[in-house]
Amino acid sequence: MRPFRLVKVAGKSIIKNKMRTLLTMLGIIIGVGAVLVMVAVGDGAKSQIESQIRNLGSNMLVVTPGSSSAGGVSRGSGSFNRLSLEDAEKIKNESVFVSMVSPVVTTFSQIIGGSGNWRARLNGVDVDYLLIRDWNLASGSWFTAQDVRSGKKVAVLGKTVADQLFAGQDAVGQTIQIRNVPVQVIGVLEPKGQTPEGSDQDDVVLSPYTTVQQRLSRFRFISQILVSTSNQNDIPAAQDEIGAILRESHGLAQFEENDFEVKNQTQLADAASGTTEVMTLLLAAIASISLLVGGIGIMNIMLVSVTERTREIGIRMAIGARGSDVLVQFLIEAIVMSVLGGAIGVAIGFGGAALVANVTGWSTVVEPNTVIVALVFSAAVGIFFGFYPARKAAAMNPIDALRFE
Amino acid sequence: MDASAVIRTHGITKVYTMGATQVHALRGIDVDIQKGEMVAIMGASGSGKSTFMNILGGLDYPTAGTYELDGIQVSALSKNKLADVRNQKIGFVFQGFNLLARTTAVENVELPLLYDRLGRVKNPRQAAVRALERVGLGDRVDHLPNELSGGQQQRVAIARALVTEPAMLLADEPTGNLDSVTTVEVMTLFQELNDSGITILLVTHEHDVASYASRVIELRDGRVIRDEYQQRASAREDLERILAEREREELEEVNT
Repeated sequence: MRPFRLVKVAGKSIIKNKMRTLLTMLGIIIGVGAVLVMVAVGDGAKSQIESQIRNLGSNMLVVTPGSSSAGGVSRGSGSFNRLSLEDAEKIKNESVFVSMVSPVVTTFSQIIGGSGNWRARLNGVDVDYLLIRDWNLASGSWFTAQDVRSGKKVAVLGKTVADQLFAGQDAVGQTIQIRNVPVQVIGVLEPKGQTPEGSDQDDVVLSPYTTVQQRLSRFRFISQILVSTSNQNDIPAAQDEIGAILRESHGLAQFEENDFEVKNQTQLADAASGTTEVMTLLLAAIASISLLVGGIGIMNIMLVSVTERTREIGIRMAIGARGSDVLVQFLIEAIVMSVLGGAIGVAIGFGGAALVANVTGWSTVVEPNTVIVALVFSAAVGIFFGFYPARKAAAMNPIDALRFE
Repeated sequence: MDASAVIRTHGITKVYTMGATQVHALRGIDVDIQKGEMVAIMGASGSGKSTFMNILGGLDYPTAGTYELDGIQVSALSKNKLADVRNQKIGFVFQGFNLLARTTAVENVELPLLYDRLGRVKNPRQAAVRALERVGLGDRVDHLPNELSGGQQQRVAIARALVTEPAMLLADEPTGNLDSVTTVEVMTLFQELNDSGITILLVTHEHDVASYASRVIELRDGRVIRDEYQQRASAREDLERILAEREREELEEVNT
């Protein structure tokens, strides 16, 4: 018997018993729908966190001073500060993969201006900083390379600082005092929100690092070097390369450990999205149970249906159906019903995800992969739970089956 | 032994083991049936005729002995090959019609063709319609079984048996569920098919039905006790007589 004829036979049987078909599919419909909604909620949370992390800056690497240890006691990250402007220069000049570099000199300072005063983080940075962080200005302008070279006393304020000092006014063009040095505000940054760890990224004042080092804090060492590659795929290579450059620059012998760290944002992102992935998995696992129950439902109804259709099976065998023909027919019926149920479940899942998003305000994302997995899985359920009843049908003795009342 | 025999059985026995006791359903049956014969297999219940029919129909294996159908040693075939023989060589007609419910006449008739591994018939539907026309149901093609009378249902079943052009028709009590007029109608159809060259085996316990066959084989206790040729009665003549009688009775009823 040619395969398409078997599909035809199975298809006819399904169409001719609409109620039975619907009842059989119900479990799969609910199961797939539930899985889809659950995974959509999980994926929604994940994509939200991922977009927060993307906010930190794309293709960004952060070089920080490493830890030092004295007599076996580690003093923790940054305890031995050996990053210098020369390191930043060296990376900029020697690295193949790195496209932008900005040293970061960080200090905390009381800032006076406008209507009051505010203690904020003061970051001395290079012109590339804004691009590396993928950050935009809300108003005013960014400082120029010339400003950096001359150590001009200018600053760009984060949203939080601007609001604290110049609530309701335009901060651009105003003058603020940092450690009794007047500094002109030339721009205000767009709000960037909190980091995944919960610190406010907008509570910051940015100035040329030369200005901060020479006029505001007299700090020789720098606290970070931000680096960006032009291509995301270059990040691991850049990481290795920077490591080599800095080891040479710091004159480390072969057996000595790095006195710096190079971290990339994907590591950070992985850690954060890992958490939501676990949550997604958990939700999917719970919903899968309903899919499993749906599968058992299919098996139940198929078993009943095999008994009910004993005579039909006998007729088919008497007129020449092989056991394998009957097996394949029942298997196809099970698969068609479960895939059809899966498809309806997907449709209901889309609706359900939209409803959840509407009612709770969570973001839900239905990934194409989820749909494919749901359909493949429901077909698998059909094969798995359809096989036993189908085999039972195929193993029937035609004489007994024909005599069955 | 004749070379043109469709069916040739030699020493067929069938033993059922039920616990410790052995039941001998068939105790050595030798039968040759020639192409174009119309044979009635008779016997009371327990005579072994159902067992014999199951073996002839390729639904069961003999315990011992050989069975050759249309040149094929059926008793030596695997289950799958046996299914193919049922499909290609045998046309079944059952007592209870055994049509698929919720399935139109033509779909029922084309069913055996769908299981034909050789794919001999390119257009099953067309062949099914032709078979239905042959049994006089050309105008009932798309009717469901429950929209047809008993006689019509049995004719659909006969069309289903004919559609594969089998070596023989095997009819198991084909008139058991039919009234006397319909019985004769169906027997008329069988005789017409036989006249066109089709080999027919009727399993029955009714002598009236057996009288339409040209040969009667009677079984008792698993053995052949009678195997003789006879002048068959014409079902068509009987049918015409019955219908004429009925018409006369109706007329008399109207007159009185």
